[in-house]
Amino acid sequence: MTARPAARLLAIAGVVTALVVSGCGDREPQPASDQASAISVSDAWVKAADEGMTAAFAVLTNDSQTDATLVAATTDASSTVEIHQTTMVDGAMAMAPADGGIVVPAGGSVTLEPGGYHIMLMDLTTAIEPGDQVPLTVEFSDGSTVDVTAIGKQFSGGNEEYTPSGE
Amino acid sequence: MRDEPERTAGDDHPSRRSFLAVGLAGVGGLAVGAVAGAAAAQESPPPKSDLVGQTAVPFFGAHQAGVETQPPAHATFLGFDLDRRTDQEGLSRLLRLWTDDAARLTSGRGALADTESELAAGPARLTVTLGLGPGALDRIGLPASERRGVRPLPPFRIDRLEVAWTGGDLLLQVCADDALVVSHAARMLTKDVRTFGTLRWRQDGFQRRPSASGGDRRNLLGQVDGTANPEPGTTNFERTVWIETGPAAGGTTLVLRRIRMDLDRWDRLDRPDRELVVGRRLADGAPLTGHSVDDDPDLEATDPTGLPVIPEFAHVRRAHPSVTGTRILRRGFNYEVVGPDGKVEAGLLFAAFQADITADYLPIQRSLDELDLLNDWTTPIGSAVFLVPPGCRPGGFVAHELF
Repeated sequence: MTARPAARLLAIAGVVTALVVSGCGDREPQPASDQASAISVSDAWVKAADEGMTAAFAVLTNDSQTDATLVAATTDASSTVEIHQTTMVDGAMAMAPADGGIVVPAGGSVTLEPGGYHIMLMDLTTAIEPGDQVPLTVEFSDGSTVDVTAIGKQFSGGNEEYTPSGE
Repeated sequence: MRDEPERTAGDDHPSRRSFLAVGLAGVGGLAVGAVAGAAAAQESPPPKSDLVGQTAVPFFGAHQAGVETQPPAHATFLGFDLDRRTDQEGLSRLLRLWTDDAARLTSGRGALADTESELAAGPARLTVTLGLGPGALDRIGLPASERRGVRPLPPFRIDRLEVAWTGGDLLLQVCADDALVVSHAARMLTKDVRTFGTLRWRQDGFQRRPSASGGDRRNLLGQVDGTANPEPGTTNFERTVWIETGPAAGGTTLVLRRIRMDLDRWDRLDRPDRELVVGRRLADGAPLTGHSVDDDPDLEATDPTGLPVIPEFAHVRRAHPSVTGTRILRRGFNYEVVGPDGKVEAGLLFAAFQADITADYLPIQRSLDELDLLNDWTTPIGSAVFLVPPGCRPGGFVAHELF
């Protein structure tokens, strides 16, 4: 391993992939001019949890010539929702709000995944069971929104959010 | 796949691997290019395309895949018990998870939350077939009139059933031409069950990989397997396999029997006697009265001494539609495991698909239970029955029409 932790983190959090977008994106019709109308969301899932905090993940793809910036998200399942990134602090993974949001580059995509960008559900109002369909609304910097349905999945990884001291 | 370690490397025959190793050591890259997809060829980039790995079988459709699909080289059958607290709503969530995972995995993508999604690449004709046992049908509340005979089979004289291989509320049949792909899909789908139930049994099977150059599917007694099966795409197949009416229309039923074979006793039998036991030739599977495997056995034919050419006790006679009045689709896989006693246990994971277990399957099983000399070398030690719901569309989930 020659890569320094910071470089490795960038590779995890900022990677731009060319994942195939499935046909079941839950995209709401929007005027062509706003950011949301160019975004399709796929592979949305949320880590099942009984209470407290959990996180949602997805692939956001931008079909337009202009960057879009994810700045917020809301869901009935949590009273507070934040957009987070995972960073290395003193050699351990820890989460922090993603300042300035998450840029979905023009003609590209961003993967929200454990260990990288994620949508943090800070305080669950109801348990999220495996197989639940959780409605989410993601908001972009121009105020436009996309409705998403994330499926609950049991997942034992991605615990850096909860144990920033590491092992 | 504990019972077939030699196959886990994927596509290449062991002798090819040996050949490749020699080639790498001796003549450099010469041999590498000649062996497509060889797992050992790490020194050169793998070829972009290969004969097996990239082929995907569509998951969505009128029927579930894995029934009409040409059987591949590897199959894993997984039986699950539902927890008592898993109710109808919980079962629907599990089926939604399974459907979503299966649709992704069969197209060569990782499942959601798949931390080893690379293992899904190259689906190798992966199919995932979901089945509901009596316990799951109870959860849904499907009336008996719509269950197509999906209830535990009546006891048979020949049965020596073991609890470990019998029953189950839910079934997954995971098939592909690549054991690594089967392993990964089975693991992802099994992980989905954690909050709903537990694994009851897992049965891993293998067959000869289908190829254009031929090579029959055979069981471990050496017999050609699946003879006289209905041909996919024919009316005969449709009528034999698919449920025609009711909420499960487009579905089918599965009887999975674990049939142990006494290979050491079979060894003592000479080839002509082996052929008389079944009524077919070992070389090509043709009936003793015919020339080709597709010829219908002539059960009336007699030899010069007046004895039936196909004996009264022969397996093919006892299972013949003219005797039983019914047909089924057999889609079996061989198995080999090391038992608790340290000895190899071998046999057949006999998978039979039919529109109705009572009407189509049981007459055949009764006939074979009454008389079939093959019973002297084979023993059913596991038995499970499932309703296999019809296929589903994107956005739906398998079995939703039963709720």
